[in-house]
Amino acid sequence: MTATAPVIDIRDATRTYGEGPPALADVTLSVRAGEAVAVLGPSGSGKSTLLNLIAGLDRPSAGSVTVAGLRVDGMGEARSAEFRRTRIGMVFQFFNLLDDLTVTDNVLLPAQLAGLPRAEARRRAAGLLERLRIDRYAGAYPGRLSGGERQRVAVARALMNRPALLLADEPTGALDTASGEDVRELLTELNADGQTILLVTHDLRLAESCATRTVELVDGRVVRDTERTTAVTR
Amino acid sequence: MSALGKVVRAGIGRRRLQTTVMILTTLMAVTASVLAAGLLVAARAPFDHAFAQQRGAHLTVQFDGTKVTARQVGATAHVSGVSAASGPFRTLSLRPRTASASDALPAGVDLPPLTVVGRADAGGRVDGVRLVAGAWATRPGQIVAAYGGMPVQPGARLTFPSAPGGPTLTVVGVARSVTGTADAWVTPAQAEALSARGGPVSYEMLYRFRHAGTDSQVAADRAAIAAAVPKGALSGSRSYLTVRQQETANTMAFVPFLAAFGVLGLLLSVLVIGIVVSGAVGAATRRIGILKSLGFTPAQVVRAYVGQALVPAGVGCALGLVLGNLLAVPVLGDVGTAFGGPGASVPVWIDVAVPGVALALVAGAALVPALRAGRLRTVEAITVGRTPGTGRGRLARRLAGRLPVPRAVGLGLAHPFARPARSATTAAAVAFGAATVTFGVGLALTLGAVQSGRMLDSAGSVVVTAGGGQAPPGAEAVPAGGGPDAPKADPAGVAAALRAQHGTSRFYGIAQAEVSASGVTGATTVVAYQGDTAWAAPQMVSGRWLDGPGQAVVTTRFLKAAGIRVGDTVTLTERGRRASVRIVGEAFFTADQGMELLTRTSTLAELGLDATPGQYGVQTKPGTDLARYLTSLNAALKPVGAVAQANTARTSDVIVTMDALVGTLTLMLVAVAGLGVLNTVVLDTRDRVHDLGILKALGMAPRQTVAMVVTSVAGIGLVAGAVAVPAGVALHRYVTPLMGDAIGMTLPASDIAVYHAPALAALGCGGLAIAVLGALLPAGWAARTDTARALRTE
Repeated sequence: MTATAPVIDIRDATRTYGEGPPALADVTLSVRAGEAVAVLGPSGSGKSTLLNLIAGLDRPSAGSVTVAGLRVDGMGEARSAEFRRTRIGMVFQFFNLLDDLTVTDNVLLPAQLAGLPRAEARRRAAGLLERLRIDRYAGAYPGRLSGGERQRVAVARALMNRPALLLADEPTGALDTASGEDVRELLTELNADGQTILLVTHDLRLAESCATRTVELVDGRVVRDTERTTAVTR
Repeated sequence: MSALGKVVRAGIGRRRLQTTVMILTTLMAVTASVLAAGLLVAARAPFDHAFAQQRGAHLTVQFDGTKVTARQVGATAHVSGVSAASGPFRTLSLRPRTASASDALPAGVDLPPLTVVGRADAGGRVDGVRLVAGAWATRPGQIVAAYGGMPVQPGARLTFPSAPGGPTLTVVGVARSVTGTADAWVTPAQAEALSARGGPVSYEMLYRFRHAGTDSQVAADRAAIAAAVPKGALSGSRSYLTVRQQETANTMAFVPFLAAFGVLGLLLSVLVIGIVVSGAVGAATRRIGILKSLGFTPAQVVRAYVGQALVPAGVGCALGLVLGNLLAVPVLGDVGTAFGGPGASVPVWIDVAVPGVALALVAGAALVPALRAGRLRTVEAITVGRTPGTGRGRLARRLAGRLPVPRAVGLGLAHPFARPARSATTAAAVAFGAATVTFGVGLALTLGAVQSGRMLDSAGSVVVTAGGGQAPPGAEAVPAGGGPDAPKADPAGVAAALRAQHGTSRFYGIAQAEVSASGVTGATTVVAYQGDTAWAAPQMVSGRWLDGPGQAVVTTRFLKAAGIRVGDTVTLTERGRRASVRIVGEAFFTADQGMELLTRTSTLAELGLDATPGQYGVQTKPGTDLARYLTSLNAALKPVGAVAQANTARTSDVIVTMDALVGTLTLMLVAVAGLGVLNTVVLDTRDRVHDLGILKALGMAPRQTVAMVVTSVAGIGLVAGAVAVPAGVALHRYVTPLMGDAIGMTLPASDIAVYHAPALAALGCGGLAIAVLGALLPAGWAARTDTARALRTE
């Protein structure tokens, strides 16, 4: 990836399932390093499909998807797993933490799967927990934490391998107001530190507070792509 | 179709893998059980039927006429415990010569010695002899041949050169005695006429007892008879139990190991079906809730889940029934026809009882989880989401996370602790499979050892045939000669040629003859050795090998047939001459049905028989080129009239059949155990599909997913294998002696102690192999699981 190359470069991506209308139709989207892009749209508009294509969890029926300089659409399972390990981090609506692992073990997982040396992984995990202010829960199990705390653990886990891109799927969707605010602040801070973020959300407040750009999807098509020039909470 | 029927059909259709597992497991269990139970009953039935119909003799006893009178023998009919008796009948051991030609034999052929009994009629209170052809002997000059003995038909003539006047008798009938009380019958007057004046006189007495169901009861009855006559007068006896064992030996040898496979199969069926139904209930909690909300009663839910197990089990039972009956056909062979009845087959009641028991066990195994399904509260069942984490196994996960292994492996190793009950059932299925492999391998090794050790004179790599009508290499003794013997080669010439031949290590000579042995009906083949034979001795069970004259070695079956033990003496008789040999050892071999007597050639000389070896067993030096050795040796032997051949072993069809059955049943059981593991891992993978999605979204590669799933059962496999190997060895140690007992033989300890360290180490990995093989397929499915869909799974 060159210095000017976009982190996400999607060209004419279409995804169809069976005989029905396309979930995504001729979408072209480019996200530069350091941007925080919020993808908005009603249910069934194709937001999750777009996220899956970027994460290499799904393949477009037509078009191309390039992330962090890698063509994702043609990858096999093994390469796609390696891509997710090294280039992206994912945050989910329902956190998707493994209940039987402690906070530290959850955060360590991506580094361990990537084969990072044990000491380096532990050092990095400790740093992230401290940075995200959840270090006091290091030895706890996720079930004991609040929604906001769990989402912070999920963000720490997503950042463990220092990904070029952080993908967030409705990161505040399962949180109460206070916890949602907490996560909004966290994502804003991360973007301010230079982390490229693409988030899929219904939460307009989240988009307004931390996105530098919003992309609106309707029926699988990009209907609006807006650079937010207004000052975001930085 | 009723609503319940539709639910059952839908459940079966939805779980094709589990249905296949249930069919296979019941198929295997019923096949082995039908075979075992069927053979046990069917093998004995023809004998028992004929024995009852002909009022067979529980005990056939021979008395030495020099020590007891006919009147004293007759008085034994009144000994306590005797319910009926026939006799005394005068008996003689005579060697006939064919006086007329037939399709089977030309005239002038010397036949093996016969036990000829003087008996007025075929009937009587004991041993009602059944005429197969012709009529009974009613006057001098007539003889009745025993069915299955000499190849003669009514009208044939036999000369007895050793009898006074060398009379020629005409065969007037062929008859069958169920316990083989004679080789031929003549009138009492003819028997007296055939006896040499002043020669040994023997009597035969046939008894039925009030209690004769077991060996010990018959032995007690025999002791009572022996006590009623002067000491040493009872010279031999034969129990009907021994005869029955000999007649059914080949078939009965199958029963112990088939029974073991049947029990293993039934236990594995119960386990696997329990796992499958339990898994089905666990995986269909919401479905059960829906059924109940639609109005299904708890009893209907229970019936639906039991039905989902019983339908495939019923199919497995039906297939197993057919397969078991088909496999019984070659094993039962001509068991029935040997007694003049129809061919034996698996009794109908076994065909009904075995599947009935199997289905009852299946229903019992399915009932426990089905009752759980029936008790589920509708509201809870219908609202249940993704299987909640149990919270178990956290410590194991933490510890595994610190192991110096890849994280995927660590996650897999800790997994069994999260669901200990499911892990325990998987371990049990693997243990059954691994124990079966250990047992099956042990059986194959034992059968291999029996196959290689069962023939006499198999130690040497070369056999030299020196004429004289000797059996070809590797062949069993031929009881009836087919023509005049060729003259034997000069033993000195043969020995000189062997000694001079480069590559000869050592050799010994063998001579054979057929004589009468006390306590044994009919001719006994004596195999007489000359020279150093220690290296070529058969496998010994007890006692020792021959190391001097006047000694003999026989099998357990011979000892039982003659009613003697190691240390006792057997008297051999030939044309009025007698030689006594002391039994110094009990060996294992199956040549001539294990009824040969092994001794030194001096014994034959004592009986006035030709003791010149007609065959030589030769051991070559290590590294000798056998083909070149034989070419060179044959050139040297040609002038003396001997021929050298490679000593090739003949395989036993019975052992080959056993090997095939052991292999098939082992594979089936292992397949079922592996499918049990597969089913458990599939259930587990479904339960964990969301977690798998998370891990894959975090970048877990397909090979890491496979490694995690496989290692989740690898630990179980190792532990189960470690437990299963001793269990399999113990089962083998229990079953193999029973197989020996079934054929009236004691198997040598070396044939039973077949597990050596390398084999045990390899078998120890059997559990791991079954677990890993069973998990590979679902591991592949897990690796290919659609991550996005898995993340959406609740």
